[in-house]
Amino acid sequence: MSSEPYLVVSAILFAIGVLGFLVRRNAIIAFMSVELMLNSVNLSLVTFARQHGNLDGQVGTFFVMVVAAAEVVVGLAIIVAVYRARRSASVDDANLLKF
Amino acid sequence: MSTILEITAPTLEWLQLSPLLVLLGAGAVGVLVEAFVPRTARYAVQVFIAGLAVVAALGLTINNWVAGETGIAAMGSVVTDGPTYVFWTMLLVFGLGGVALFAERGVGGGQSAFAASAATVPGSPLEREAERLKREHTEVFPLLVFALFGMLLFVASNDLLILFVALEILSLPLYLLSGMARRRRLLSQEAALKYFLLGAFASGFFLFGAALLYGYSGSFELGAIADAITEGTSSNLLLLAGMVLLAVGLLFKIGAVPFHAWTPDVYVGAPTPVTGFMAIATKTAAVGALLRIFYVALGAARWDWQPLLTGVAIATMLVGSVVALVQTDVKRLLAYSSIAHAGFILVGAVGVVAAAEDVSLNSVGSIAFYLLAYGFATLGAFAIVTMVRRSGGEANHLNAWRGLGRSHPVVATVMTLFLLSFAGIPPTAGFVGKLAVFAAAWAGGYGWLVFLAVVFSLVAAFLYLKIVVAMWFQDPVEGETAEVATPSLWTWCVLVVAALATIVLGILPGGLLELFNGAAEFIR
Repeated sequence: MSSEPYLVVSAILFAIGVLGFLVRRNAIIAFMSVELMLNSVNLSLVTFARQHGNLDGQVGTFFVMVVAAAEVVVGLAIIVAVYRARRSASVDDANLLKF
Repeated sequence: MSTILEITAPTLEWLQLSPLLVLLGAGAVGVLVEAFVPRTARYAVQVFIAGLAVVAALGLTINNWVAGETGIAAMGSVVTDGPTYVFWTMLLVFGLGGVALFAERGVGGGQSAFAASAATVPGSPLEREAERLKREHTEVFPLLVFALFGMLLFVASNDLLILFVALEILSLPLYLLSGMARRRRLLSQEAALKYFLLGAFASGFFLFGAALLYGYSGSFELGAIADAITEGTSSNLLLLAGMVLLAVGLLFKIGAVPFHAWTPDVYVGAPTPVTGFMAIATKTAAVGALLRIFYVALGAARWDWQPLLTGVAIATMLVGSVVALVQTDVKRLLAYSSIAHAGFILVGAVGVVAAAEDVSLNSVGSIAFYLLAYGFATLGAFAIVTMVRRSGGEANHLNAWRGLGRSHPVVATVMTLFLLSFAGIPPTAGFVGKLAVFAAAWAGGYGWLVFLAVVFSLVAAFLYLKIVVAMWFQDPVEGETAEVATPSLWTWCVLVVAALATIVLGILPGGLLELFNGAAEFIR
C-alpha cells in the first residue's frame, strides 16, 4: 500500500496547527496548535520509517513525545503565571511591549 | 521458539563528551542544591557550582582540542571537530560571563536581577512578603547551565534528531529565565509568553523539516543526508521543503528577518543579565548549528539555499539597521542592532568558502571570529545597561543616558568602546570581525552583497553614534538623569575582560584569526 495518503494527512494536520496558531487568540489554544504540529510530524516520521524500512523514524517519535511533554511543563507554567497576573490568557491582551 | 533480541551497549567516548557531561551533571546537582541546601547558603553554593562547572568544561574543551580529540562520538550523534571546539570554547567563555552577570547583586542594592518569587502575582501581598524576606531565585544558575549544555550539544550534533532535542534543551530554560525579572514583572512575563509561543512554533517547523529530510534520505545523520543529495535519486520536493522548514527554525533562533519579531520584545522584557547572555550565546549556538547543517548536510545543494539565505541576509540587515534608527530605548536599540548583526553574519555564511590550505579566511573561521568580537561587546554593553539606573530600576530611555560622559566618564568611555566595536570602527575587534566576514563573502563570489552589507553597516554605525552623542554631547534632561550604580566585582570582571578583549582582538587579531580559520574543517 502506498504511504502517500499518510503523508498528506500529516501535512494537513500540520497546516491546521499552523493556521490554529495564527488565528486563535487564546494562548492555551495557540499552544495546543503547536502540539498538533509536533504530533503531525510524528505521523510523517512513522510513515517515512515504514517507507525506508528502518527504525530511526519510529524512535524519533519517542524523542518528539518527550520533548513535547517537557515543553508543556514549561509552557503551561508561563501561561498560568501570565493568566494569574492579568486574569486573561488572550495573546492580544499581552501588549505592553511595543515598538 | 522466540528469538532473543541482542541489545548491544552503545560505546561512548567519555573524554570527548566530557564538557557536555560536566555541564549536565552540574545542572542536575544545582537542582538538588535547591532541594537540600538551606536558603541562606544557596546563592554562594549555586554560584560556585555553576562557575566551577563552566570553568571545568572550558578546561576539558581546551585540553581535548590541544590533544586533537576529534572524531564522531556517541554512536554517530555527536561530532567533535575543529568548529565544534571553536564554538564550544566561545560558548563557555560567554557562559562564564553570563554566570558573572547573573551573580551580580551590587547594582540592585544587595538584590539580584531576578524576581523574589516568580510564582507570585505581581503587586500581590505574597510578592511583597517574598520581597520583605529577601527571597531570591537561585534556580537561575542551574537553568543557565542547562541552557549552556543545550547550546554545546546544538553546535556539536551530527544528527537532526539530536539537533531538535538540543534546540529544546537550550530554549526551555531561556523561556523561563526571561520571565523572571525583579522589576517590571508584567513586561517580563509577557516577554516570556511571546518568546515561548513563537519559539515553540518555530521548533515545530524545524521538526517538520527534519522529518522531511529523513523522508528524503532515510537517515537523520548529516553525512547520510549529504550522500543522498549527491546520489540525487529521491524526490527534490522533500529536500527543498525540508531545507526551507529547517532554515525557519534556525533563523528564528538567530533572529533573522522575517523571524525576528520576538527579538526586541524579549530583549526588553527579560532581565538584563539574561538578555546579555541570550543575545550572544543563543546566536552563537544557532549560527554554529546553521553552518553545520548547511555546509555538511546540505552542502551539495548549495545552489538551492544560497539565494534563500541571500534574501534573508539583505532583509535582516535592512530591518535591523533602519528600524533601529527610530528607537529611543537602549535595550530595544541593542536588540535591533543584534538583528542587523545576524544579517552581517549571514552574509558571511552565504559565500561558502571551505577551509583549505591556501585559503587564509574561510567562512566558518571568519564567522566565529565575528561572533567572538560581537559577543564581548554585547556582554559588556548589557553589563553597563544593568548599571545605569534611576530610583531602583534600570533607566533604559536614551534621555536618561544623556550627559553620562560628564558625570561618569569611565563608564561612558567603556560603553563607547563597545559601541564602536558594534559599529566596526578600527581599532576594535568588531572591525576585524566585519572585515573577515566580508572578505569571506567576497572570496565566495558575492561582491555585490558585500557592497550592500558595507552600506548597511554605515547606516547601523549611525545608530551607535546616537548613543555616543547622547552620552557625550547632549545636556541631561531635567528630572530624567540616571545614576550609575556601583557594581560588585562580578560585573567589573565582565567589563574589564570584555573591554580588554575588544581592544586586544582589534589590534592583534592575527593569532586567533589564524587559529579559528585553521580549525574550520567539518568532519562528517
